[in-house]
Amino acid sequence: MAEASRQPAPPRGWFARALDSDVFHSFYTSPVTVIAALVTLAFFFVAIFAHWIAPHDTFDLATISIMDSELPPAWLDGGDPRFFLGTDDQGRDLLSAIMYGMRLSLLVGFASVLFAALIGVSVGLVSGYLGGTLDDVLMRIADVQLSFPAILIALLVDGITKGLFLGQASEVLSIFVVVVSIAISTWPQYARTVRASTMVEKSKEYVQAVQVIGLPPWLIVLRHVLPNVLGPVLVIATINLAIAIIIEATLSFLGVGIPPTQPSMGTLIRIGNNFLFSGIWWITFFPALALAVLVLAVNMLGDWIRDVLNPKLR
Amino acid sequence: MDANELLRIDKLRVEFPSRRGTFVAVDALDLDVARGEIHGLVGESGAGKSTVGNAIMGLLEPPGRITGGEIRLNGKRIDAMDAAAMRMLRGRKVGMIFQDPLTSLNPLLTVEQQLVETMMLHLQVDHAAASRQAVELLDQVGIPRPGERVKQYPHQFSGGMRQRVVIALALCSNPDLIIADEPTTALDVSIQSQILDLIKSLCRERSLGVILITHDIGVIAETTDRVAVMYRARVVERGATAKVLHAPEHEYTRALISAVPRPDVRLHRFPVVSYIEDGGEARGPIDISGHWLGRFDASERHRGELARIEGVSMNFTLRRSMFPSRRTFFTAVDDVSFQVGAGEVFGLVGESGSGKSTVARIIAGIHHPSAGRLLYAGTDLTAQRLAGARRSHQRHIQMIFQDPFSSLNPRMRVRNIIAEPMLFHRLVASRAEASEVVDDLLEHVGLGREAGVKFPHEFSGGQRQRISIARALATRPRLLICDEPTSALDVSIQAQILNLLKDLQQELELTMLFISHDLPVIRQMCDRVGVMQNGKLLEVAPTEQLFEQPQHAHTRELMRLMPRLHALAPPQAVGASA
Repeated sequence: MAEASRQPAPPRGWFARALDSDVFHSFYTSPVTVIAALVTLAFFFVAIFAHWIAPHDTFDLATISIMDSELPPAWLDGGDPRFFLGTDDQGRDLLSAIMYGMRLSLLVGFASVLFAALIGVSVGLVSGYLGGTLDDVLMRIADVQLSFPAILIALLVDGITKGLFLGQASEVLSIFVVVVSIAISTWPQYARTVRASTMVEKSKEYVQAVQVIGLPPWLIVLRHVLPNVLGPVLVIATINLAIAIIIEATLSFLGVGIPPTQPSMGTLIRIGNNFLFSGIWWITFFPALALAVLVLAVNMLGDWIRDVLNPKLR
Repeated sequence: MDANELLRIDKLRVEFPSRRGTFVAVDALDLDVARGEIHGLVGESGAGKSTVGNAIMGLLEPPGRITGGEIRLNGKRIDAMDAAAMRMLRGRKVGMIFQDPLTSLNPLLTVEQQLVETMMLHLQVDHAAASRQAVELLDQVGIPRPGERVKQYPHQFSGGMRQRVVIALALCSNPDLIIADEPTTALDVSIQSQILDLIKSLCRERSLGVILITHDIGVIAETTDRVAVMYRARVVERGATAKVLHAPEHEYTRALISAVPRPDVRLHRFPVVSYIEDGGEARGPIDISGHWLGRFDASERHRGELARIEGVSMNFTLRRSMFPSRRTFFTAVDDVSFQVGAGEVFGLVGESGSGKSTVARIIAGIHHPSAGRLLYAGTDLTAQRLAGARRSHQRHIQMIFQDPFSSLNPRMRVRNIIAEPMLFHRLVASRAEASEVVDDLLEHVGLGREAGVKFPHEFSGGQRQRISIARALATRPRLLICDEPTSALDVSIQAQILNLLKDLQQELELTMLFISHDLPVIRQMCDRVGVMQNGKLLEVAPTEQLFEQPQHAHTRELMRLMPRLHALAPPQAVGASA
């Protein structure tokens, strides 16, 4: 447009420019988003520094006493000030267990999102850019994949791996199995989105321009198409991080995920579930609460990213 | 107040407040429209002319709002009305014709349903009367077999017919005022003149007031009685169309008119207009002998014929199937042959869908033709698929695209966009040399070297087209294909870009394939011209000969419909044409 009155000069320096940008503006004018970001950051901080922050080391068997088992939270009758949120059936401090468990949940969440995005983005780029029969085949595979619930696939992968290793699955292997299962069940979402964006970008003239220059297809896809289709991937990845954490918790709850020696959120909830009807509610309640808050915060961040990257909603 | 006066706007001011200050889209605008008059509103993109139309209709996009002045329709103030009253006014008193007939009709309803619904709401007539009137209305806007076609859906109409339906829809509640916002911009020139004639005759018959918003001075000259020229939110000149166009008083009006390509005489250069954007004309010519751009082997210099296509056809698959008999195709290019001599500017002209862009893309190597051969410097390129062997030749053929907003990768810096082709083809010894050449190219296309560190979105359409030109030059091409390089640009920017292309073509001894739907532009740019229609090449002739003695009937028709500024009639005779 033409003339703009009272237009202040854009600030200098990348940091000042970032603070001045529309994205950041929409961030700090939305209190819900700011709170969600702070909560998510707090969870990350606790998970990363669990070893230093947690009041007890739940892996140090010497500090665990069976005498301390099933203590209620500190503020209830019979509570012990050493165990703020109470203890589980083995006498582990629940607060510390949640902190360590959060680390595992986030690790599994991030790893599976990365893995799924890697498969999905590659398939989507190839499928969308080359088209034709290959596209048909890849997309039918994705369709078939989408028709199975994630839990079913995870149980299948888990069963096959356990069968291969004759039940001697190590802890690291079982984490790996969970990550692969979640990735396999979520990659079609990335693939479909990236394929659609790739087809849009492919028809734009800047892609035709580099075709005329003579760049080979793989270079065009990596250098020109990929950076332009990553926006939607970021949105799906954020929302899928929450979903991956829930799937992990579900798998662990069903007993096919992380073994009880490496307590994740789901394992803690499952252990607590056995004691729920004997009035010992806190073993299930606090891990579940932590999980719910984390998932809610990450989802809100994801919603915000989706809106801010969608020019139609701005 | 004049009894004939329909609309009066006094000191209108429209503001768009934002986080970074207030943007004034329309400022101190006075306008009056009489019954039976077509009032033109002309200006380049961003001048605020569409905002005026939206302000009258009460359709300003929030946060835009009227902050000053008043709008009176039939003496009654309408700018301060509430939303419900405005809605009634919009339907009953003011009708609007939009640019794109494809999106301004509801695809899920038949034409009858859309017309009847509007009429029953605004005219208080019953369904039977409304559908009777709908048929009459379609007849009036010149749709053949109206009784039958009224039952059809918008997609069953062609672009021009659809725009007639849009006009019928605007007329169906008997409004006093019609606002036509670029009503013919999306249409071919032959359809354009029919629609403009229709608007003219409806305006006389029903004594409607019409505000015609357009960027095209040719349309203004042929259609309007009076005109207001807008520049940066203000009207700079107002008056009878003939007077404003023949004896413009304001400097901007003069610049705007001088930048319109002339269809009658070929000029060496376009007059320099730097009213909107600096043309960057102050640069020395490139001395090809000592310059990077001139560093090609003797084997890359050609005399005589440079490129030739022989019997080229292109089919696009409409339906895929395993069985060949069930596949359906659309033939975009049908048995086209021509040759382009070295150092020549060859033009291809035709209406939309004539296949001219497909021919360009076949020569550029984006599409592989279904039949026929493409020869470059005597080598058959169609025999080799894109990779490997073809690449060394492909480098010499570069292309400048139509849409400056999608032809640059939005996530790359300008210097990387331009350096990429030379690094890939190893035309420079090092990255340091590449960045020197990039700076030099940016200066030659009139942008300056500091443009290199920016991203494409920081530039205007004309500047982006300059970046595209620099990128195309970065492979040291010998054949430059320009596919409608200026059709998305304002007329003053168009003149700058065409001058730049002309200069580069002469200095670098480039061969050029220039594609356009705009005959005056073709006349200014090309040595020889081919005319295309429905995928076929109708005739090829030297430019002067084609414009003076067109052979084919379709070419003659195109020439006749070309908007001519000099054909401007005195104001009282305008309505009598066609």
